[in-house]
Amino acid sequence: MSEIYMPRLSDTMEEGVISSWVKQVGDKVSVGDVLVEIETDKAVMEYEAYEDGYLVQQTVREGETVPIGAVIGVIADSPDAVPAAPEGGEGAEQKAEEPQQPAPAAQEAKEEQPTVPAPAAPAEQGGKPRPLSSPLARRLAREYGLDITKIQGSGPKGRVVRADVEAAAQQKREQEAAAPQPAAAKAPAPAAAPPQPEFEDLRASEEVPVTNIRRVIARRLTQAKQEIPHFYLRRRIDAEALREFRAQINEQLAPTGVKVSVNDLIVKAVATVLRDHPEVNSSWVDDKLLRHKRINVGIAVAVDTGLVVPVLHDADTLALSEVARRSRALVEKARDGKLSPQDMSGGTFSVSNLGMFGVESFSAVINPPEAAILAVGAMQQEPVVRDGEIVARHTIALELSVDHRAVDGAVGAAFLKDLAEVLESPMRIVL
Amino acid sequence: MPVITYRQALRDTLRAEMHRDENVFLMGEEIGVFEGSYKITEGLLKEFGERRVRDTPIAEEGFVGAAVGAAMLGLRPVVEIMTINFSLLALDQIVNHAAKIYGMFGGQNSVPMVIRTPGGGGQQLGATHSQNVELYYAFVPGLKVVAPSTPADAAALLRAAIRDDDPVLFLENLGLYNTKGEVPDEEVVGEIGRAAVVREGTDITLVGYSRMAMIATQVADRLAEEGISVEVVDLRSLRPLDRETIVNSVKKTGCAVVAEDDWLTYGIGAEIAASIQEGAFDYLDAPVRRVAMAEVPLPYAKPLENAALPSAESVTTVIYETLRAVGRRVG
Repeated sequence: MSEIYMPRLSDTMEEGVISSWVKQVGDKVSVGDVLVEIETDKAVMEYEAYEDGYLVQQTVREGETVPIGAVIGVIADSPDAVPAAPEGGEGAEQKAEEPQQPAPAAQEAKEEQPTVPAPAAPAEQGGKPRPLSSPLARRLAREYGLDITKIQGSGPKGRVVRADVEAAAQQKREQEAAAPQPAAAKAPAPAAAPPQPEFEDLRASEEVPVTNIRRVIARRLTQAKQEIPHFYLRRRIDAEALREFRAQINEQLAPTGVKVSVNDLIVKAVATVLRDHPEVNSSWVDDKLLRHKRINVGIAVAVDTGLVVPVLHDADTLALSEVARRSRALVEKARDGKLSPQDMSGGTFSVSNLGMFGVESFSAVINPPEAAILAVGAMQQEPVVRDGEIVARHTIALELSVDHRAVDGAVGAAFLKDLAEVLESPMRIVL
Repeated sequence: MPVITYRQALRDTLRAEMHRDENVFLMGEEIGVFEGSYKITEGLLKEFGERRVRDTPIAEEGFVGAAVGAAMLGLRPVVEIMTINFSLLALDQIVNHAAKIYGMFGGQNSVPMVIRTPGGGGQQLGATHSQNVELYYAFVPGLKVVAPSTPADAAALLRAAIRDDDPVLFLENLGLYNTKGEVPDEEVVGEIGRAAVVREGTDITLVGYSRMAMIATQVADRLAEEGISVEVVDLRSLRPLDRETIVNSVKKTGCAVVAEDDWLTYGIGAEIAASIQEGAFDYLDAPVRRVAMAEVPLPYAKPLENAALPSAESVTTVIYETLRAVGRRVG
């Protein structure tokens, strides 16, 4: 015996109306026979049987509306089979939910908020069985920051599957892209309006297709600069000891094939120093100050499609060689476009290094919801006064961008001072 | 690369290994004068003589036991058991001796023997001659079990099995002997314990071994025409089992079907399904499904035999059902 579910017949379909039953209870059905005509938001479509047998129950009457995934009928091997209560816990849960009349609920939701998927189950929590969902769907919903109980499932018994979460995430992205930022909305419209196409195009411009990643960069960095009161702390460190230390370490590590970069040393030093400065490892979110127990350092990586920030989780607990190995793996994944949402989530502090481009120093934009980002410039020889003499020394310019809502100037300065001292006595990185 | 049959690949490899190492010798019923019930050993008696190609009495426990002893003393016996059904008569020698000696005697003696034996139904040989009981051996630590599905893998894994210092059960299949495929001229030694992704795909993972791996590639090729991208994992080795390759594939596709010629309950597919949920729980979009033989002694009558065995059609049906469960409109 197997149940027939309301199918998803179009991408935008959330529910369907049983327009008419072509097969009646007791009829023999074969694979490919039209069972029922279903009216969607777009059209009336025929729905075929996927297996042989007899239609023994029409669970939903003609003219009734049910959400995708709801049971609409039952096919059995024998015409006399009596549809029992569905087997197993899943079925029982569905049964328990049925008195809640999912159909009208879905309809109301649709009328109020046409772009939000109707809840898979009544929204009330507490003792109510949770709506069915696949482990993959639950993980993706977590990663996208979506409430899975608000997503309409299209799988068997209304199970939320990956396709449903992806659709909801896409919808969310579109909504966010469509909804103007509050600040932007206040700006005078004419100034914000892009040049109209009918204007003479003096710049010979062409519109480049915008990728999702570019859209996300644009949105998040706009948000960062509009919402976060940045201040900047600059400090140049003497990098002679760091150079020597790196050479020594790489000599030691040579047989393992691991090579530690200056950036790895800086990332590890940042993680180590953050342990003593938990106030910098924090976030200002919705008028709340969150202090993070884990130290997850993001590493800004430029890839063909834009900027990504893969995260080295628990960087403070990793050996230096492990920091080097993992960051190289993350950078490679980033270049291959294979970073998972997990690889990019949970950062508590970021490091951005443009030294390889010869940039002396720069001011980085904070990666929300983090409270600070360290901009690292190129290592270069500078004339430095030491013991009253001018000598040539390798130095690196550091600039810390700080969210003043979460961290005050003196606190940020103390962090940067400790960081500089650790980098100038680099043995402390590994101690 | 020459295209040869699975049978030819086995024969060529046996001959090459016997030339390479004079400690390699063959034992089994009807393998010499009669040249093998399935003609795997054709020509070998003539070429190598009675000392190295030995016809045995119909006494599986006896000749498998003799092979265990020969292996302990440094020879490399390759035993043919006419079908895996008859291996049950040698179960004590295989499970209690071959598999245990290395561990029980503190590593003083290994047992470098190979048991070649075909399984499989579909030949109207009746219930006692059509079984797939490789699971009994895959269950036993101390044994290795390989189950190649192509002529190239048959050659590479037979070579690896003969050179391996542990007892290896080398599973063949009556339905594979006449299948053809490219086999490289050079000597490839396979890696026991390594599965292969033989078709890359993105929609669903289809796991099989031996004959069902061959069926799986056929199903994948046919479904590709419908725009369904099936990733086929050929286990090749049942013990050790390459869980990593299976799990990585499911992490990519989000759902899996296991196709097996043995019975469903407690079968190889149960182990695969358990491994998938342990290794890829957060990546599963639908329950792992299994396609296996009907839970009956295999009938002799052709229509019933066909109905009981898993087939390309039954695998395809379950793939459709699984894909529909993740929101694809297929079938």
